[in-house]
Amino acid sequence: MAAPTVFDELWGTSRGRKARPGLEPLAAWLAELPPAELDRRQQAAEAAFRSLGITFAVYGEEKAAERIIPFDIIPRVFTAREWADLSAGLEQRVRAINAFLGDIYGPRRILADGAIPADIVLGNSQFCVPCADARPPHGVFAHICGIDLVRTGPDEFWVLEDNARTPSGVSYMLENREAMLRLCPELFEILPVEPVDSYPEMLRETLLSVAPKRARDPVAVLLTPGHHNSAYYEHSFLADNMGIELVEGRDLEVDDGVVFMRTIDGPVRVDVIYRRIDDAYLDPLVFRPDSMLGVPGLMAAYIAGNVSLVNAPGSGIGDDKAIYSYMPEIVRYYTGEEPKLHNVETWRCREPQALKYTLDNLEKLVVKPVDGSGGYGLMVGPTASRAEIETFRSALKAEPHHYIAQPTLALSTVPTFTERGIAPRHVDFRPFVLTGAEEVKTVPGGLTRVALREGSLVVNSSQGGGTKDSFILEDGAEGIA
Amino acid sequence: MLSRTAAHLYWIGRYMERAEFACRLVEATIRLSALGHQAEGDHAWRSALSVVGAERAFGEQSEPLTPFSARRFLTLGEENGASIRTCLAAARNNARAARTALTVEVWQAINRAWLIIRDRASPGGAQATLNLVEDVKAETRGFEGALGRMLRTEGSWFMHLGSSIERGDNTARLLDVKYYLLLPPGEEVGGTLDRDQWSTILQIVSARTAYRHLYQGPLQPWLVGDLLILRGEMPRSLTASAEETVTHLAAFAARSGRQGAADRLARQRLARMQDLDIETIIQRGLHEWLHAYIAENAAIDRAIADQFRFA
Repeated sequence: MAAPTVFDELWGTSRGRKARPGLEPLAAWLAELPPAELDRRQQAAEAAFRSLGITFAVYGEEKAAERIIPFDIIPRVFTAREWADLSAGLEQRVRAINAFLGDIYGPRRILADGAIPADIVLGNSQFCVPCADARPPHGVFAHICGIDLVRTGPDEFWVLEDNARTPSGVSYMLENREAMLRLCPELFEILPVEPVDSYPEMLRETLLSVAPKRARDPVAVLLTPGHHNSAYYEHSFLADNMGIELVEGRDLEVDDGVVFMRTIDGPVRVDVIYRRIDDAYLDPLVFRPDSMLGVPGLMAAYIAGNVSLVNAPGSGIGDDKAIYSYMPEIVRYYTGEEPKLHNVETWRCREPQALKYTLDNLEKLVVKPVDGSGGYGLMVGPTASRAEIETFRSALKAEPHHYIAQPTLALSTVPTFTERGIAPRHVDFRPFVLTGAEEVKTVPGGLTRVALREGSLVVNSSQGGGTKDSFILEDGAEGIA
Repeated sequence: MLSRTAAHLYWIGRYMERAEFACRLVEATIRLSALGHQAEGDHAWRSALSVVGAERAFGEQSEPLTPFSARRFLTLGEENGASIRTCLAAARNNARAARTALTVEVWQAINRAWLIIRDRASPGGAQATLNLVEDVKAETRGFEGALGRMLRTEGSWFMHLGSSIERGDNTARLLDVKYYLLLPPGEEVGGTLDRDQWSTILQIVSARTAYRHLYQGPLQPWLVGDLLILRGEMPRSLTASAEETVTHLAAFAARSGRQGAADRLARQRLARMQDLDIETIIQRGLHEWLHAYIAENAAIDRAIADQFRFA
């Protein structure tokens, strides 16, 4: 059972007695749908996902090399007001991230002004030395950001992580909606849900808007590590929906600082690369020499301004966990405003006092490596074993600068279909923010991830989490139906 | 279109065709071996292995040849590069890598065919094996249907091209094995066993009714040869495959206004075949002729790879 104070996205704190304003139709729908029918639709969803081949590989699990992410058909709903506040906060944060990246790879005013310590930028393993002084076309670095949020109360949203490298999951947002439209069409009659299907078009416009200025009829491609990558399905889905080529490193070649793709009709010039491979693998001449995934000469072409890379190399420092803890300062510095979205309280273990606090409270905290992602290598104190805690204790003492610690939050729950009926499960939320040459936009939706195990707080799909559709209600929705 | 995508599509065409051929081969061999004594049954399975060039791969295992071991090897054998499972796995891998160039329908047919065979541990008895290949064939037919409903652009042309090359290769091997290996020593040409075997071959290529329509008489080996080599009406004949290769290459040429070595080779082959009759082929030696065909088919395959920069 979830702790009594946990906020539920459908019921608020009423413990199942009264739906939150605007969500009453969903509560009524749930109450009226016979369990057998719900069960049937849940099965149908799984069959559809498997037959479409929507799979997700889990690293370190050879047997389950291709698994579908469990999909739960009970949606998570945001009201129009909640969304308006959230998207304003998201856009503010992403503007600040882009200003920050442009600054640290350029004049470094923020460091000169002492707003944040210089060593966390210049000494950061994510700081891209070959990117210093490279100006991406139109000055945008992080074109696509997936900001991970959690909620603990009616107005309490917290940013967990800013994914500024190559955030994934947006295809699930779109496929989940498809599944919901097919399996529960009546929900869209009783709830005024904002559509999400414009996302591929928005993304395509964003990509083309940041093409180098000389390109008159720009060609964009999506660069994937290949079909053994865990997110390959998403890569192919997005390329397909945008009508652009899905290329691998071996399909591209750089000739005299210009990127071409090899086609059946000969070489074709490429202007924008939406790359879904990490910086380290982009170009064996500049980064890892053993990389077979990238393209020799790509960085030179980028620095020469002949090709746009989305996101730009070096953006990774924008979601570094050490930088994260300074995000409030960064937002204030570049926007002159107070941050609309809050960070989770974070102890930087590089600071002696924070380290001491962390070591004294390990069983209450979540400890994360600063350069980790995907829920790997983190420790959730309240559920960790004695041995795990001790392992982290020694690791923290050995390399304190490597870790941050955060309180364990009482993540909000959403009613979820389980083997023993409908029960609350913890969720987080990843909306997607696009930054083009002209504007910053957020698609009205996102990926809700759900921890399917009772009481679990780990929602990562790589750790066996599932997903739900996320409904954003249209303005004026409160009180409809 | 990316050259690599084109290569994947071409190989989807080849592997799906090869998988379907393996299904037909297993099906027909089960029927054939049911007709005679055990020794003849083993012989039928040995021929089936040699049709797909898998005799040696099988011999390397320390497993005696029995109808069961042969059925397992031809359907599920991962050590057999031409087993149904291996072909479908390869088709699906290519399909995954070229997913954006496929329709959902085409992808689903390939994926479903793969799911049928993926977790199968044993082919089971003869009837269970027949059910298995029937299930796979239903999906490969679904694939052909879905391919026919795709946009008629490069994507579908490459898959058609691959299957036309593969089909020619398969039919030529089938005929070759019949002539050289099928008949056990001591059996007379034209005997009962011989006739059963020819009839089995027609069944493999779904041509029993077609034969009756076109020749209206008893089964004659040279007429079966005529049907499977020269009759353009017969979809799996060598001439029909050669024609299809020319047609699909011509579609590219019409789009780009350019031709290459593959176009020339394919047209030359078709022109030569249109002037042939079955008597001439048999006089020159069917085995030699079929071998030359297989080699020429492989040369066209290489020319296609060069022309569209597959490598």
